[in-house]
Amino acid sequence: MAKQTIIPFGPQHPVLPEPIHLDLVLEDEKVVQAIPSIGFIHRGLEKLVEKKEYTELMYVTERICGICAFGHNWGYCHAIEILLNVEVPERAEYLRIMWHEMSRIHSHLLWLGLLADAFGFESLFMHCWRLREGILDLFEKTTGGRVIFSVNKVGGVHRDVSPEMLQEISTVIAGMKKEYDELASVFMEDVSVKNRTVGVGTVSKEDAAALCAVGPTARGSGISTDIRSTGHSIYGKLDFEPIVEEGGDCYARAMVRVKEVYQSMDMIQKIIADIPEGEIAVAVKGKPEGEFMARVEQPRGEACYYVKGNGTKNLDRMRIRTPTNINVPFLVNALAGCELADVPVIVLSIDPCISCTER
Amino acid sequence: MASFKMGKMVMRSLFGKPATLMYPVKPAKITEATRGHMTIDVDTCIFCGICQKKCPTNAIVVDRKGRVWSIERMKCIQCNACAVSCPKDALLMETTYTAPSAVKITDTFQGPPKEEKAPKAAAAEA
Repeated sequence: MAKQTIIPFGPQHPVLPEPIHLDLVLEDEKVVQAIPSIGFIHRGLEKLVEKKEYTELMYVTERICGICAFGHNWGYCHAIEILLNVEVPERAEYLRIMWHEMSRIHSHLLWLGLLADAFGFESLFMHCWRLREGILDLFEKTTGGRVIFSVNKVGGVHRDVSPEMLQEISTVIAGMKKEYDELASVFMEDVSVKNRTVGVGTVSKEDAAALCAVGPTARGSGISTDIRSTGHSIYGKLDFEPIVEEGGDCYARAMVRVKEVYQSMDMIQKIIADIPEGEIAVAVKGKPEGEFMARVEQPRGEACYYVKGNGTKNLDRMRIRTPTNINVPFLVNALAGCELADVPVIVLSIDPCISCTER
Repeated sequence: MASFKMGKMVMRSLFGKPATLMYPVKPAKITEATRGHMTIDVDTCIFCGICQKKCPTNAIVVDRKGRVWSIERMKCIQCNACAVSCPKDALLMETTYTAPSAVKITDTFQGPPKEEKAPKAAAAEA
């Protein structure tokens, strides 16, 4: 047996956008075991429920993570709306899903760029982020913010989007789709990309299910799990079908995300075509009482928002279960037995969001 | 061949305009909806203090007696909660950002002296 060496990977590493630490136990160049440790950016946001009113917490939840900001905010608002028995107007629901799917496009484009960067394809990384810029511009035009939107509120949304703006979004996304075709074909067919991703970090469907993987990570291993397929909010009207790949390797996980960008683009076009006229918010009265858990499909997977109200303006408890937190055991499993050079690509393939994980 | 999938895109980048802006030489893109910084119309403000209560970061301080409205710029997160809650629509989100600074800046706005109430009281006495 070869001598075992432990190499620390992270929390500061060129390939990592956020700090996670892995102790890699190596035998020669082969990873035998990966021991993760987190806790570098814990901010105690859940504890803030004691200090902040439930309305102020909206601004806290969207700051959990910059990339899934909209989803976190929406999940929290949804949970509070159920506690307060608020019926959100249909137009507000349509706008929320439009922004949520735009978030998914920008998150996946960001991730595809990071993946390209992880295997050293610098120009592909730049082009992915250039395309993503178009979505951020649309966000700024419709919500006023590029990353943090502050557009949701309990009972609806703060801002309406004019028909001209909706038309502009439709045009921009249609134009973006053409450019994205070129980028997507690189991820799907390019030899150098395939060399670095096919057969790397393979996790079987059984293992992924046993490790409770969520989101594109699970769908890349052949598990059809997606909260959107339950048809909550208006997803039932958008003919949503989850995208599932059978490979279980980094390539399959990338393909799920590549195809989800197309799917989100189509959904946005459908939303713009179908969006009804009407109110965008309803007045909310009372204080939240009781408990509820809302589930939202974030770009990285299913996130749960548990809230418990006690009839005062401060909640008793807020707990957010984020997708990366759940996917860390999957990552450890995928790393066992891989080559050291493949570690960056495998770590990125679960789309780690450590800000979400640690809150 | 698969390696030339990006050929068109690379050519466009090579001969097209740069995708980035030469900031700060050229000003940043700003839209009508951009949340830059908060301003107040102190003449309309009634110094009720609702914005101070609604501010999630406690950036706003309202002195009702002295009729002073102040905002700590680096605490403000541009959430627009104060503008939404203002009963007189005196608060307005400007689209431009405040200048960067190495020290914490508090902008203070002094309202006009309480003139309106005096004539009212006088009218009531009369």
